[in-house]
Amino acid sequence: MSGPTPELLPQSYKTDEHPIWCPGCGDFGVLDAVYKSLAGLQVQPKDLVVVSGIGCSGRTPGFVKSYGFHSLHGRVLPVALGVKLANPSLCVIGVGGDGDGFAIGGGHIPHAARRNPDMVYVIMDNSTYGLTKGQYSPTSPRGYQAGSTPYGNIEQPLNPLAMLIAYGATFVAQGYSGKPRELADVVTKAIEHKGFAFVNVISPCITFNNTYKVIPQKLKETPQDHDVTNRAKAFELALDTAHVQLGIFYQVSQPTFEEGAAEVIQKAQASGPPRLEEIFSEFS
Amino acid sequence: MADPVIDYVFRVGGEGGEGVISTGEMLTTALARAGFEIYTFRTYPAEIKGGHANFQVRAAGKLLLSYGDAVDVLLAFNQEAYDKHVQDVRPGGVIVYDADSFTPPASTGAVFYGVPLTSLATEKVGIKLTKNIVALGFLADFFAIPSEVFTELLKEKFGRKGEMVVQKNLTAFQVGVDCARQTKKQDQIKLGVGPRKTKELVLSGNESLALGAIAAGCRIYAGYPITPATDIMEFLARELPKLGGFVVQTEDEISAIGTVLGASFAGKKAMTATSGPGFSLMTEMLGLGVTAELPAVIIDVQRVGPSTGMPTKTEQGDLYHAVYSGHGACPRIVMALTSVEDSFYGIMRAFNLAEQFQVPVVVLSDASLGHRKATVPVPDMTRVPVIERRRPSAADLISYKRYRFTPDHVSPMSAPGMEGGGYVAEGLEHTETGYPAASDHQNHLRSTQKRYGKFPQVEVIANDLARTYGDPKPEIGIIGWGSTEGVIREAVEMAQAKGYSVGALHPKILYPQPLAKLKAFISGPKAIIIPEVNYTGQFATLLRKRFAYDFIQLNKCIGLPFTPKEIFDKIEEVAQHVRANTRAVAAKL
Repeated sequence: MSGPTPELLPQSYKTDEHPIWCPGCGDFGVLDAVYKSLAGLQVQPKDLVVVSGIGCSGRTPGFVKSYGFHSLHGRVLPVALGVKLANPSLCVIGVGGDGDGFAIGGGHIPHAARRNPDMVYVIMDNSTYGLTKGQYSPTSPRGYQAGSTPYGNIEQPLNPLAMLIAYGATFVAQGYSGKPRELADVVTKAIEHKGFAFVNVISPCITFNNTYKVIPQKLKETPQDHDVTNRAKAFELALDTAHVQLGIFYQVSQPTFEEGAAEVIQKAQASGPPRLEEIFSEFS
Repeated sequence: MADPVIDYVFRVGGEGGEGVISTGEMLTTALARAGFEIYTFRTYPAEIKGGHANFQVRAAGKLLLSYGDAVDVLLAFNQEAYDKHVQDVRPGGVIVYDADSFTPPASTGAVFYGVPLTSLATEKVGIKLTKNIVALGFLADFFAIPSEVFTELLKEKFGRKGEMVVQKNLTAFQVGVDCARQTKKQDQIKLGVGPRKTKELVLSGNESLALGAIAAGCRIYAGYPITPATDIMEFLARELPKLGGFVVQTEDEISAIGTVLGASFAGKKAMTATSGPGFSLMTEMLGLGVTAELPAVIIDVQRVGPSTGMPTKTEQGDLYHAVYSGHGACPRIVMALTSVEDSFYGIMRAFNLAEQFQVPVVVLSDASLGHRKATVPVPDMTRVPVIERRRPSAADLISYKRYRFTPDHVSPMSAPGMEGGGYVAEGLEHTETGYPAASDHQNHLRSTQKRYGKFPQVEVIANDLARTYGDPKPEIGIIGWGSTEGVIREAVEMAQAKGYSVGALHPKILYPQPLAKLKAFISGPKAIIIPEVNYTGQFATLLRKRFAYDFIQLNKCIGLPFTPKEIFDKIEEVAQHVRANTRAVAAKL
């Protein structure tokens, strides 16, 4: 085959599988933003792997023309790490929901953040458990009333952004599914970022927790002059829970996990590529 | 040429963290280099410091199949070691003890040598901690093990710490040698040089397994530290990068197996190793590996359970879990490693099975096998040819179906980076394309048939791999699995020497079962014994489901492996029973 590769458009990433999401679901906005960013960056579908967990967000890999891995509830990050380690040249995007990521999968996030593999982790945060019909989630506000909290939620919600900044993620941002163009911009920067890029997307659940009416009043762009390398300022923005701040909170450059692994391999091979027989001789 | 009937068991006992294990290991390597076959066994406390530790090495001029029965030489660093092990010393055996630490009671039928190990180390070397090297010097000279192998070993072991440290240890060794020369010998034990001249490796089961994994092409390892599997990870962390591979110490076992499945999906051979509690955590991911048809190798170096159990003690207690864990119809392959040598080839076969059938393979080892050392011939890399997963052809990729129904139920597997090979690896029930089909009743049946459809081919391999030994048409049969192979074989030899007709079958793939081999074997003997290091007889239970046969169970459940005599005694008991019954039947006729 010769000639230039035909240009990839956002719709080039659409599969024949139609999203099973409720009409009006915030996740459509996220998906569109992802299509747009991928086209903008001309990511080749053969080199793209979308990894998901369980829940509404879990179905995403089926809707993106690429390689995909619909894994288990909360297990996006370990699977994505394995993919990236096996083939560091791949573009790896993990997607999950707030329950998937912060409840059952919460234990994996700090370790993904501190390892800093070059991948994107998009959370579609609707502050409810949509697929099991609206129970409260780790980001549901106090007082949230649903099937499992008939008298109101008594738990304090997590602050995903503050958490990820604290864990040492090298890219922390927030978007809103109601602003897909701006979201696409953030996702593009996340893909371009070399390291672990976390994007929290406020993505309302139209059926069980329709926050479309209240979110727009709380939206705020991160300040123009915000220094993204200033961790303390990034915390400050994250702690402003009166608003939904949109944009990049924090971004720094750190060696990635794959780079570290490559260095270890180089060190181990300093005296030339060994043969298995040489390893045997250590035991004679 | 040394006397080939040489066969001695040495045991070292003392406080954990004080060099008991390293003394045993040095003795082991020295004896192996001196030309003996060796077979070790160690127990150690669950604490880092303190608690009792012991290390046993059996050395002989012939192939060894078990850690032996009675102890010939006990080296006791303290009273506790003496108290714990004195009853295992054979009549006329030798007890070397630290005379600074305690005084044993006068008569036990053993020969005693009190050596002031602590004061010799303190006064003549200036380092109290070298008392174990003094002890090695004593043993070497006293039992005529060539000194040169020890001095070489000390130079290798301490060389990295500098010339000073080497010299101190050589001095300590010589102090022990001198002491032996001044001690009047009252026993007959003398080793000299062993008969073996060919080069052999001294490997633990875990090391052998890790080497086999490398040979099979494993390049990514993900794991979480857990006794007694941790040294597999540490070994691979050191060796895999030399071959371009990498080890991740994950945050937990769920992450470990998730990383393995992700890496396998992306085209690399990957493995994890754990023990019972970690394997319990991996169960959900095992099911994902099954339905997404991902090759993966999961090692369970079994320890005593349930729950945290006895972390440093051995048991064959995870067979049910290996075979049945996971919800739904969840076919996986289960293998068990039988010896240190088999750990190398067994893992190669595990990777081959995983690749060939695109299914997770659970491999059972155990604490006694993982941590014991043995002399093994340098592995023959051509014995088990390495198999790679089936890849899609250009034609397959035109309209690619990842889970295409094929006559042998194995579908060509693409990997990211392959043009046209895109698909979603699904935990949901899916169609041939990988498309979720959570509500399609007939598709579930067909997909389940596909996943189980691989089993008859695995069974053929399982039949080929099941080993028999002893009498080919035995009166008494034994069926064993896993690390009991050697000890059963030794018991069979003991029984045959006493005129009993005994033969054994030892499958390596336990699930699916080698049915043809089992069927043929079971039809012969008058009685069949199944020895297992667990309480309920897990393999016996699995076999009873397939065969209406009244197996006789021999279960040991104290965290220790069988000794040959324990199995021999059972054979003798059953054989006498069978003969009595035969006579009774004959009398009636």
